[in-house]
Parts: sequence; C-alpha cells; structure tokens
Amino acid sequence: MRAKIKYLYLGAVATFVLLTSYSAGSRTVTTIRESPAAADLRVTRPDSPEGAVLSGIVKVAGPQPAATRIDMAADPACLKMHPAPTMSEEVVVGTNGALKNVIVYISDGFGNRSFDPPTEPIELEQKGCTYSPRILGMRARQELKVINDDPTTHNIHPVPQNNREWNMSQPPGSSPIDETFAREEIIPVKCNVHPWMKGYIAVFKHPYFAVTGKDGKFVLKGLPAGNYTITAWHERLGTSTQKIAITANETKEVSFVFEAH
Amino acid sequence: MRAHLSEILVLLLAASGQATFAQESHIGGLTGEAMRGKQLYRRYCVGCHGPLGDGRGENAQWIDPKPRNFVTGTFKCRSTPSGALPTDEDLYKSVTRGFVDSNMPSWLPLTAQQRADLIAYVKTFSSRFSEEKAPSPLQVPSEPEANQQSIQRGNELFQKMNCWSCHGKEGRGDGPSAQTLVDSRGYPIPPYDFAAGTRFKCGESNQDLYRILMTGLDGTPMPSFANGLTPDQAWDVVHYIRTLQINSKRKWAKKENVQADRSESKRAGEQLGGRAGPL
Repeated sequence: MRAKIKYLYLGAVATFVLLTSYSAGSRTVTTIRESPAAADLRVTRPDSPEGAVLSGIVKVAGPQPAATRIDMAADPACLKMHPAPTMSEEVVVGTNGALKNVIVYISDGFGNRSFDPPTEPIELEQKGCTYSPRILGMRARQELKVINDDPTTHNIHPVPQNNREWNMSQPPGSSPIDETFAREEIIPVKCNVHPWMKGYIAVFKHPYFAVTGKDGKFVLKGLPAGNYTITAWHERLGTSTQKIAITANETKEVSFVFEAH
Repeated sequence: MRAHLSEILVLLLAASGQATFAQESHIGGLTGEAMRGKQLYRRYCVGCHGPLGDGRGENAQWIDPKPRNFVTGTFKCRSTPSGALPTDEDLYKSVTRGFVDSNMPSWLPLTAQQRADLIAYVKTFSSRFSEEKAPSPLQVPSEPEANQQSIQRGNELFQKMNCWSCHGKEGRGDGPSAQTLVDSRGYPIPPYDFAAGTRFKCGESNQDLYRILMTGLDGTPMPSFANGLTPDQAWDVVHYIRTLQINSKRKWAKKENVQADRSESKRAGEQLGGRAGPL
C-alpha cells in the first residue's frame, strides 16, 4: 500500500512536469498567433509585390579619407593579377559623397516572428586576392559557398563572436566550402595568408537588408507595416540608426549621413 | 500499477531533459562529474581562466598567450573538423599534456578521475556543449614510409599550400605574413618556428602532426587542410616539416615514434588504473 502511494505521488509529479512544460510550449505559439502583425505574415519576402518599400541613400560628409595602397608583393601570384596599383576598399566614396559597402538592415521590430531561410545558397568568391563581395549579406542557416577562383591557396577564417569559428585552407581548383551560420552577427572574415584580404559576412534572421553600391543607394522591399529600427553599418565609419513607422504598402525614403573621421 | 511505472519513466525522462547543468565527461572508462570538477576548478584553474571560464582570471593580465576562454567553445587541439567541438578525450589530453610555451602546465599530478571531472565542469561554461555534439574524431590512416620522394612531395605542397606565407621558406616562422597574425581575440600570435626544435602544442608524434594539419588550430590563423590535402599528401607534408626541425634533439624516425607513442599510452593507461584504453 505504502509503495502504491509513493508511485501515485511520483505519477502526480510527472503529470505536473508534463503539463507545465506543455503549457509553456503552447504559450509561445499563442503569442505568435496573437501578435498584431500576424495579418501581414504573408508579406515575408523582399521580392514580394506587396508591402512597403523603404529606400534611400547613404552618404559621407566632410573630408574623405584617402584610400591606402595595398601591397601584394608577399604573394607573387596575387601581384601578377594586378598590374595597376591596388587601393584599399575600406572606404569607397562615389559622387556627392555616396558611400559604398554600407549594410542597411532592420535591426528591431519583428518581435519573435521567424522567417524561413532561403533554400538557394549564397556565394563568397576569392578573386584577385580580394573578397567578392567585400560585404556579404546572408540569412541565418542559409548555405554559404566559398569559392576560390585564384591560382593561389587561401584560408577562409571568419572570426565571429556569437557563431562557430572555423578556418579552412582552400588551394586553387578545390571544391567550394559549404558552411552556415546559426545566429545574427556581422562577422569579420580574413585570409591569414594574405593579410590585406578583409571582408564581412552579415548574418540576419530576416530578409530585410541591402548593401549600398557605388551610388550609395539601398532598397528594402516587401516590408510589413510596423515600427522598426533601421541601422546602417559601415566597417570603418561605424553604425547609425533611425526609428521609423511604416504603414501598409507605403513608400518611404530614409537617408543616412556618416561623418568622415 | 503498470500505468504508474510508465509515468515514473516519463518523469525520469523529463528530469534528465531539463537538467542541463549536470554536464558529464566520458574518457575511456571514466565518467567525470561537473559538480566535483567545480571544486577542483575553483582551486587550480580559476586564477587564470576566471570564475566564469572566460579566460579573465586575475592572473590573466600577466599571461601571454592568454588563458583560454571556454565560453565560446573554441579549442586549438581537436581531433574533430575545424569549427566543431572537441571530444572529451581531446580536452582530457590537453589538460594532461599542458601547453608548451604557455603558462598552462601539465596536470598529470591530478588523478585521471580528477582530470575527467575538470573536463565535465569546463564543458558547462559553453552552452554549445549542451546544444551540439562533438562529431566523431578524424581517423588518422597508417603512416606511409618517410622516404626522399615523400619529403620532396611534401616540400612542393609546403610551397603550394602557402605554408611559407606564415612559417617562412625554411620554416623559421618568418614568412611575409608572420608579423600580421593575431588570434581570434586580437592578440599577436607568432607562427610556429620549426627550426627552434621545441615541442608542438597538440602532441609530439607524427600522428599528432597529421591531426593538426587536417583539423587546424581553431582560434588561431592555422587553418584546417582537410579540404585541400589528401591523406597521402598530408603525410608528405608531415615528413617534410620534420626535416625543418634542424635543432631538434630528437630523431624522428618512424620506429622511434611508435616507441614514444607506446610509452605515452602506457603512462596514460597507468593513470587510468588500467580501466581505459590508450589515450
């Protein structure tokens, strides 16, 4: 009898544990369902014809820093590919102060909404002993393909704070390296063999990011209505943020101006 | 009655699923317990690695290279691919061996059980150990003969794989990129100088060298060559870099390595009280 009471007691505890964990699980699901933005869930892709459009231009004000020259003499294979002097692409300024290689992204406003990662991989090329693109935006858990087009051996070494760190050698003609990153972060990438090689992989959980071209312009399409924080990040000039409210199908312009220093 | 039993089973399963802190280590036949390891850590390791395991202990500012930050789960000496967690055995070997040219001593004076307990506790500092599983260790194939042809091929690969960019044309750690190298925390880190003849960080044998080449030293500029070298080519590179150790007092003929490995595993076996296989 005594043993039976003990089992009953244990059974009750077990049921309690199960019930609490079950209700905790279902609570999270409910929050997502009840979220006010839920009506806009169908607008989850930047190429969607619906949704708001956020566009703008990023500029740099003040005297522009002079580009530094890169010396590739350490590896004759790299030097050979660049008959003209190579300049650092850290700060690239176009006409009227337009700033290239700024990543503009929604840094807050999606709550706990999740977005499925794209099934197609994204490529990072090593070409002429530089990274192409220098600033790569990609999604968390999206497949990254690292390709070596050069006649020399590179090592690809992302140095994350919040993701797995790996470091792989890639000789000419070898197969692409496939990797993923699980968490949001802007990760510096280096080739230790060629110290001038610098790049960044910006990992996002959502599809709303863009890298400015030489005209400094960016466009984020298909945004659901909501209140957002939008951030512009530049490897040397830092970050700049703005708060915006956007209504359904609105077209809005936002501009950023970095101070040169 | 039967229903009650199944409920108890469910309760036990639920409890094991929720007890994330109860980290264990499994080394050979030994099971390390984090709770016991914590006491040892607070006594022997906390001064450098810090109470949070982030490598910021009170001695850390005086130490170069800096103590390991366990929170990121990044470790140099692994038998697993670059970016992966190390196995418990990998961590056990590091604690047992210590690191040359650093302030990390060999912890052979502790018993095997104590070292296993320490590993279990060290694993609690990074959530990665409860989220991921260390992949199975790299298989080191049997070593082919180290002859003139193999050394010559290794020399060519040393050039082709740009090993010289950091380690230098003669392996003296003076390649064109050597001065620019930093570890993942931004501290300068010199490439290994083969000519100095000192011991390697992650073991002494040719098998250890093969493993370093194919898994890389995570957290440092040394990459994994698993993507670019076949097993035979990796052995060629091992044979070649032995010829760069011109000041090494030890002869690296194959036969002697085997003997060195035997005496090492014998010692490990004694430490484990004969219960575990060679480590």
